[in-house]
Amino acid sequence: MLPLHRFSKRAFLLLKIKHRMRKIILSFLYIAVLTLTGFAQDGHDHSGHNHSGHDHGHQTQNTQDHSGHDHGAQGHGDHGNQHGPICGEAQDHEFDAGANAIHHIADANVYSIGPFMIPLPCILYSKEEGLKTFLSSKFHFAGYGHGDGHQAVDRYVLDGGTVRRITDPSFPKGNVPISGFIHKEINKQHTSYVCYNNKLYPTDAKSTADAGLFGGGITSFYDFSITKNVTSMMIVCSLLFFLFRSVAKAMERRVGMAPAGLQNFLEPFVTFIRDEVAIPFLGPKYEKYLPFLLCVFLFILGLNLFGQIPFFGGANVTGNLAVTAVLAIFAFLITNISGNADYWKHLFLAPGTPWFVKIILIPVELMGVLIKPLTLMLRLFANITAGHMVILIFVSFIFIFGKNGQSIPGAGLGAVGATLLTLFMMAIELIVAFVQAFVFTILTASYIGASTEEHHHAEAEH
Amino acid sequence: MIFLADFSVIKPDFGLLFWTSIIFCLFWFLMSRFALGPITESLKKRQSDIQDALDEAKKAKEEMASLNARNEELIKEAQVERAMIMKEAKNAKETIISEAKVKAKDDANRIVASARMEIEGQKKAALLEVKNKVGQMALDIAEKVIRKDLKANPEQVGLVTKLVEEIKMN
Repeated sequence: MLPLHRFSKRAFLLLKIKHRMRKIILSFLYIAVLTLTGFAQDGHDHSGHNHSGHDHGHQTQNTQDHSGHDHGAQGHGDHGNQHGPICGEAQDHEFDAGANAIHHIADANVYSIGPFMIPLPCILYSKEEGLKTFLSSKFHFAGYGHGDGHQAVDRYVLDGGTVRRITDPSFPKGNVPISGFIHKEINKQHTSYVCYNNKLYPTDAKSTADAGLFGGGITSFYDFSITKNVTSMMIVCSLLFFLFRSVAKAMERRVGMAPAGLQNFLEPFVTFIRDEVAIPFLGPKYEKYLPFLLCVFLFILGLNLFGQIPFFGGANVTGNLAVTAVLAIFAFLITNISGNADYWKHLFLAPGTPWFVKIILIPVELMGVLIKPLTLMLRLFANITAGHMVILIFVSFIFIFGKNGQSIPGAGLGAVGATLLTLFMMAIELIVAFVQAFVFTILTASYIGASTEEHHHAEAEH
Repeated sequence: MIFLADFSVIKPDFGLLFWTSIIFCLFWFLMSRFALGPITESLKKRQSDIQDALDEAKKAKEEMASLNARNEELIKEAQVERAMIMKEAKNAKETIISEAKVKAKDDANRIVASARMEIEGQKKAALLEVKNKVGQMALDIAEKVIRKDLKANPEQVGLVTKLVEEIKMN
């Protein structure tokens, strides 16, 4: 009984540490949100007393919104003519740090190394068109820029590195050169319009699985492309696999010898997760779950660190809800599949409590089953996204103080400040990369541990 | 440059969900099958090897210690034995010396006794010889004296012979 007691004591200590870390991280998140909202307001103020750009969109929006795609190209054309040249003029905008940050943390259909854009394969599906596969270079985006495609491919366009679809059936199929994009805010919902023949065509974003909760939902097409995030995942996973495979080979080759080189660097990751996470929470049956815990840890850590490499894509993979959701789903499935009779009994019967407590306790317990993976998902997502956004906003200081290129001394001052702040933030981010990978892993281990724990023995002997 | 401020990272899109699942499953399978499995096995083996080696070293140390203890005991025993042997030797020496002394005394006594006896014998022989000589001398003197007056008296000759006989007997 002694070892189990020790496990729980250790677990308690780890949870205490974890709580403290969470406090620190939460405070950073809080700062990040404050900064973000501050800049968002700043951006709005600017557009308030600036009559070009955004406001232009607001003025045309009322009528345009109603015309929709039912009225077709004619309606757009009329408005376009009434308001003068729509396309091309809208590019001159006030710098918006928030929008800039949001753009840079998003997934994309191009891979950017520094300012250079590398095309990626697009796999797109829509009911009308069926499955389309082609390289995103077909959108004719500039190799040095922000990934705006100059050509529509079967009504698909590349806007800021992301594929969107023109919903208007009057838009011609095939490869069509377009003159640009206009972004407008309609009912607090940002929408992108394609300029073609001096007319505006609304576009759809790809379908998302949030059921409209975060403003997404099922749209006219699905994007199964090998995006920037998918590419990053492939790079990181294959890198990790080859590194660990070489260590495994070295261990087989150097039996009975002291570890050397890469072994010394990578073995501690394995022993750390084994001795500090798996064994304290899972006890003697840890071996069954160790590969999963290690894979989760390495996957998250690898991608966290990969996303921090400046100019090398800066992929925000673990800061994307889809990725963290998949990891949380795996954790959820493993926890519940390996759950023993005790776990289910405690969940549905709450033994040892009077009936009126059961009425409250059982729904709470059942909700907890879903809330646990949900918190896993949101914690990792929020931490990494917040970190990336704060760094991007610090970098934006150069443009904010430089008044978008009009004030050179301001830009210089902004650059100094931004460098110092970004340096600090990146150091914090490095810690966060490790802490979040560790927290995700240790919580997964504790959930699995709780669902496989043998309650009866523990209580009987106490 | 204005971007579409669409907070897209919070909207899980199907493509990313799909690819993440595939990549993570593949990663999980390949890692546990070809990398982590062998690594954890080797680590376990190494750990047990190191533990064994440590245990063995400890055992060897203990054996060494016990061996040392036995050696010390042996040395102590040997010392005790040596002391005993020395004591015995000393005793033997003393007895031998005392015996030799006694024997020497006896021998000396015997020699003294035999010498005494010899002396006694010699003394007797010398006395006898002296007696004989004295007798002879007395006889000679007597003979000379008597020859002068008693030569013709046989009664006197008989008496002198009788006297000499008496001296001899003494």
